[in-house]
Amino acid sequence: MFYRESGQFKTSYKADQAILPIFQDRVAMVFMLLVAFVVIPIFANDYWLGSILVPFLVLSLAALGLNVLTGYAGQISLGTAGFMAVGAFAAFNLQIRIPEVPFLLAFVWGGLWAALVGVIFGLPSLRIKGFYLAVATLAAQFFIEWLFTHFDWFTNHSTSGVITSPPMEMFGISFDNPLNKYLLVLAIVVLFAFAVRNLVRSEIGRAWMAVRDMDIAAEALGINLMKTKLLAFGVSSFICGVSGALWAYVFLGTVEPQAFDIIRSFEILFMIVIGGLGSVAGAFLGAGFIVLLPILLNNLGTLFTGGQVSTGTIAHIEYMVFGAFIIFFLIIEPNGLARLWQTGKEKLRLWPFPY
Amino acid sequence: MDWWFFFEVVVGGLLSGVMYSLVALGFVLIFKASGVFNFAQGAMVLFAALTFVRLLEMNIPMLAALGLTMIVMVILAIAIERIVLRPLVNQDLIILFMATIGLNYFIEGMAQLVWDSDVHVLNLGIDEYAGFEIGNAFINKFDVWAALIAGVLVLILSLFFRYTVIGRALRAVADDHQAALSVGIPLRTIWIYVWSTAGLVALVAGVVWGSKLGVQFAISTVALKAIPVLIIGGFTSVPGAILGGLIVGCGEKLAEVYVGPFVGGAIENWFPYMLAMVVLMIRPQGIFGEKIIERV
Repeated sequence: MFYRESGQFKTSYKADQAILPIFQDRVAMVFMLLVAFVVIPIFANDYWLGSILVPFLVLSLAALGLNVLTGYAGQISLGTAGFMAVGAFAAFNLQIRIPEVPFLLAFVWGGLWAALVGVIFGLPSLRIKGFYLAVATLAAQFFIEWLFTHFDWFTNHSTSGVITSPPMEMFGISFDNPLNKYLLVLAIVVLFAFAVRNLVRSEIGRAWMAVRDMDIAAEALGINLMKTKLLAFGVSSFICGVSGALWAYVFLGTVEPQAFDIIRSFEILFMIVIGGLGSVAGAFLGAGFIVLLPILLNNLGTLFTGGQVSTGTIAHIEYMVFGAFIIFFLIIEPNGLARLWQTGKEKLRLWPFPY
Repeated sequence: MDWWFFFEVVVGGLLSGVMYSLVALGFVLIFKASGVFNFAQGAMVLFAALTFVRLLEMNIPMLAALGLTMIVMVILAIAIERIVLRPLVNQDLIILFMATIGLNYFIEGMAQLVWDSDVHVLNLGIDEYAGFEIGNAFINKFDVWAALIAGVLVLILSLFFRYTVIGRALRAVADDHQAALSVGIPLRTIWIYVWSTAGLVALVAGVVWGSKLGVQFAISTVALKAIPVLIIGGFTSVPGAILGGLIVGCGEKLAEVYVGPFVGGAIENWFPYMLAMVVLMIRPQGIFGEKIIERV
């Protein structure tokens, strides 16, 4: 009853092409941003900000990046964490070697390097498809991990291979407490979310989707496959690279290759599949699900067993529940949480009338 | 250059490649019959090996333990078909792939919950370090045994595929699901057969890997190594899995020994994937894979 676009007439092309064409959506977006930027910082404590919301946002960003590639352009990637690592290490190396560079610029630098590496490993996508392509990205994942572990130039010759990330300071504000970190990450993530949302409804995004649905048909329509696919790899890796830099700088506080292993790649792939392929909201929903579920399971486990059962057993049960949840979700809604959200909105449009 | 040493590396590589093939075979079986890339194969290997070794530790004779484990794997296959695959019929392949990753987590958790996560020693009565020499090259006896087992398994599977009624039905399903259904081949039963067979292959792989590395969580990660093997051989070919295994095993050992020292070592971790990528650039369907024909 309240969520309905009737009576909202578009009188200009600009209004018709608005990023959120429905008035209620705009209100909801403003409300969500208000909550994220104002309400949460007031009420959330340091544990929530630093240990749950920051990783959630950073991983959402990574999921958003992967969603551009897998969800919109249809190229499966298992190398997300590798591209994140490139971003983190490139940002770190720039700052170590030229300390005057502000960290935001270093993040962009990290993103650019990740984009470059992404494009290089995306080259095989011109010839191979589907699961075969997944192997090319696996090659990227393992190669990058190996590179950063075995060449200590990247870790600035640190003996342990683990390095503390440089302090983040800008305009005299130091981003060292959870609140500032949260706001920083939030601002970056919101920026990217809008950018991606805008991109996917442009000519580029439509070309991506055409390639995803059937690349031969897309080629016949005059879409340049090479340009389109490589652009998807570039944009996706750029976002992943930035999120990798954020993961290292803001969340972990250390830059280490182990933080970007294959398990992380799978985790991010899960996020977009559970959240919804080809949906910006899906990246966030999926990330929320994957970040919160283990915490929830862990707490529930301790609650129900009263700490009687060993942590190993709980970890195994966690694995099982996690796996079962994924299968369950795929069975009830293969198109992800974002699709459930859509269905909910459709229902809300008619509510309380049957049709 | 020491040619005996080269020979030793090549033979060692080929033999360890056969071990990869064992895992890859399980993937091929399922992919052939249902088009599903079963990521849970590694977890199935772990589960089978753990079940087997724990039954042995309960002082059950080896053959009985083997039989019991086989029954468990068949039950697992039936459960997977009923609970996971059936509701997901007709979904996108990526969805099925993700479901098998979920399955992977589930089985890994279950295997370690039901049994435990310690390292178990599995002794088949073959000394892992014993070997013999050909000229100046040392050949590991255990690896030869593993290769023999793999060879026999492939032979049995090929004969099974070629000459039995079920084998024919499997090939029919692999060629065209709908056509197979229309001539009265029960798809669900076939899937149970395929997953059971994959479970049995997983058992063999698990026993072989388990007695080499000890039965532990790490053997489930061997599955990741099987992916390039599959790619090189082609997803749909049993002989391809063997050949791919040989190429990967041999290639990675040679690279590790002759290139590794110059670039900091441990290139085994990524070399097979790069190799697979290069093969794909030349032949996008792998060496033995069926030609991919696309139509608009």
